[in-house]
Amino acid sequence: MARLTINGTAHDVDVAPDTPLLWAIREWIGLTGTKYGCGIAQCGACTVHVDGEAIRSCSLPVSAVADKQIVTIEGLAVGGTLNKVQQAWIDSDVPQCGYCQSGMIMAVAALLKDKPKPTDADIDDTITNICRCGTYHQVREAIHAAASKA
Amino acid sequence: MNHIAPNSRLTRRSFLVATAAAGGGFALGFDLPFGGAAPARAAEAAQVSGPEVTAWVVIKPDDAVIVRVVRSEMGQGTMTGLVQLLAEELECDWSKISTEFPTPGQSLARGKPWGRMFTAGSRGIRESNEIVRKGGATARTMLIQAAADVWKVPPAECSAANSVITHKPSGRTTTFGKVAAAASKLTPPKDVALKDPKDWKLIGKPAKRLDTPPKVVGAQVYSIDLKLPGMLLACVKACPVFGGKVKSFDAAKITGMKGVKQVVPVGDNAVAVVAEHWWEAKTALDKLPIEWDVGANGHVTTASIAEFIKTGLDASEAFVGNESGDAKGTIAKAAKTVEAVYAYPYQNHATMEPMNATARFTADRCEVWAATQDGDAALAAVAEASGLKPEQCEVNKMLLGGGFGRRTTHDWLHQAIAIAKQIPGTPIKLIWTREEDMTQGRYHPTTQCKLVGAFDANNELTSLHMRIAGQSILAYVAPAVLKNGMDPFVFQGLNAKGDEGVFGYGIPNLLIDHAMRNPHVPPHFWRGVNNNQNAIYLECFMDELAHAVGQDPLAFRRKLMANYPKHLAVLNAVADHVGWDKPAPQGVFRGLAQHMGYGSYVAACAEVSVTPKGALKVHRIVAATDPGYAVNPAQIERQIAGSFVYGLSALLYGECTVKDGAIEQTNFDSYNVLRIDEMPKVEVIIKPSGGFWGGVGEPTIFVAAPAVLNAIFAATGNRIRSFPLKNQKLRTV
Repeated sequence: MARLTINGTAHDVDVAPDTPLLWAIREWIGLTGTKYGCGIAQCGACTVHVDGEAIRSCSLPVSAVADKQIVTIEGLAVGGTLNKVQQAWIDSDVPQCGYCQSGMIMAVAALLKDKPKPTDADIDDTITNICRCGTYHQVREAIHAAASKA
Repeated sequence: MNHIAPNSRLTRRSFLVATAAAGGGFALGFDLPFGGAAPARAAEAAQVSGPEVTAWVVIKPDDAVIVRVVRSEMGQGTMTGLVQLLAEELECDWSKISTEFPTPGQSLARGKPWGRMFTAGSRGIRESNEIVRKGGATARTMLIQAAADVWKVPPAECSAANSVITHKPSGRTTTFGKVAAAASKLTPPKDVALKDPKDWKLIGKPAKRLDTPPKVVGAQVYSIDLKLPGMLLACVKACPVFGGKVKSFDAAKITGMKGVKQVVPVGDNAVAVVAEHWWEAKTALDKLPIEWDVGANGHVTTASIAEFIKTGLDASEAFVGNESGDAKGTIAKAAKTVEAVYAYPYQNHATMEPMNATARFTADRCEVWAATQDGDAALAAVAEASGLKPEQCEVNKMLLGGGFGRRTTHDWLHQAIAIAKQIPGTPIKLIWTREEDMTQGRYHPTTQCKLVGAFDANNELTSLHMRIAGQSILAYVAPAVLKNGMDPFVFQGLNAKGDEGVFGYGIPNLLIDHAMRNPHVPPHFWRGVNNNQNAIYLECFMDELAHAVGQDPLAFRRKLMANYPKHLAVLNAVADHVGWDKPAPQGVFRGLAQHMGYGSYVAACAEVSVTPKGALKVHRIVAATDPGYAVNPAQIERQIAGSFVYGLSALLYGECTVKDGAIEQTNFDSYNVLRIDEMPKVEVIIKPSGGFWGGVGEPTIFVAAPAVLNAIFAATGNRIRSFPLKNQKLRTV
């Protein structure tokens, strides 16, 4: 049994303590916006925020996140208003297949919290998520667009 | 028509609702992934139905337009492009459009009114543009007729624009929604005229994708996300050696593990654990003792495959794909010859969404939910795997988390059904681990190529012999399609004629032939398919030939391309744009490539630098395409940039090696791909010359690798002929 606080709501879930946070979120909590891509923290499709930090949830056991605030892509928009990253994603028409984009957006949202005006080098260093469709041009454009908004 | 699942478009208010239904679930009365608000969703679903004007278009009384899209959407943007084509002729209000996928079962029951569902070979728009435009034009004609009937005026006096029908002489107007019900009762006209391209208002204009909003809030339901009541989850492991079988497994060792329900054989080569949750199934499967009978291929290695294929390079027997003059004879007497051997490795598609499917089987019905590139083939696969008639089967098509060709074949769907058959009545969702996805792929085929070019005393190219040796995709996936044993597909982009892919050089003596050598690793269509290696072989060798006679690679090509003006036009376009006649920036070097395939003409110029220690940076790509007509330039730009990400991932890192008969790479740590830090600037030139419909999703990938390789040669003087680059020293000194 683990207690997880996801998007502000506490859930008691009947999982083994070594269950990756990703699968607890997807299968026990039922939020499927966070994606499985590799299971070894390589691709970033599973990125969520744990106490505000971008974390690859496929490789983090639920036992490590008790008492922490977890935000998933479903919790990024607050009060029905899209996060500026999500809005920039729509404005730049970023997603193609879209499967990696939840993780991409979560990684970018955390980056902008840390560095409100990231340089291209900051983006290269931080955004290591894999997109097989190759949306990287639009990702970069949308990051700068989001950063330009207060 | 409430069996058709609505897709996304979408006011922000409704998109959660509409996309929740993308799996076809609520048409069937299931509860779908989003908790709460089920009654609201059902109410909204009921409103989706409205008069079907034609098989392609439903128009509701409030003027909402629902367009049926039958090609699969996997990120390539075909959904939006096809809707542009239809809306161009329908003359409807773009802001009122939503989309839905007819199911393969509906298509079968209705006599396939929408044509083929197959979505590969860059066919979405190029193959269905006419049927889709006619679907829109037919509906418009009927709507106008219905309005004219009400007004008792000749339809020729009426016109439609923006979902409004106007009777010009009287100035009366009505809307599509008001006459749709009457229009739906009319007999569709047999022949409708399509607009002259010069009158297009939507086609050729950049349009935003229709499926974006749910993808940025985590609301898009992919196949892997589907939930059905009572569903169980399955994780599978197949014999790592292709052709091997399961000898035994010891289910007792994992019974009683948390969540585990059942351990089942899957065909004769795999075992699955079925559990309440997928993570539990995977955890148990990892602990399940399985013994394999690896069969005859347990000793195969990458080296043994390469040796086997190499025997084809000089074999006397080969299938001739393109021949003119006497290439071998001319080469034998030539003043000067140049020879090179290239090799191309196995590669995995590595879609971001691993293979998965949900299946529910009962004695008289089998229904699946799947991300497929070919709904028709998926339905056939369901019938075959379930043993039921196609009429008893159904496929609910989901948006794909990437396809790239992998999802045109349905081995994973067969597995899901094999499991579901052993637990009748219970929906089973099978998800592959990434490791399974990497090691049980259907791979880009491996080939080698020996090229010999001959010059006369004036350094004129008189002859080219291109001997391809290696694997045939068709021999594995569709042996019935072979022509007297020959795989014509091997010669993609090298054909003498046809609209698929024409060899773009005039060489008096030419021989392109193929010695088929089929290793045991299953090959498949992989974005670009055989064009990928063919373009590398040909375009890098053309570069070699140019350098062998001290000529500029562009000038050398131009001389040979006089009879191929469309090939030449895109090559000239990139050369002009990049400024080929002027020096590149300090330390930066350029390479060119051109190719034709899937009906489109493409060319690229790459600008790269290579550090003294051999580190490569691709700075800029200039790419041009002539697809005949360009439907959505915004998506074409994105597809072209993406094709370079996919193609350069393959060139830099893409390699699946074989040891003990099995694929060695298991995940993205050993099968690396391009990330944002390595993404070059891609400048796109769209040059639609009109009069034909070429593809977009694939063609520019052909020129990604050869353009960069030729630029690397320009930078280093080192000709790389074996891939990926991670295994090569770019500088030899």
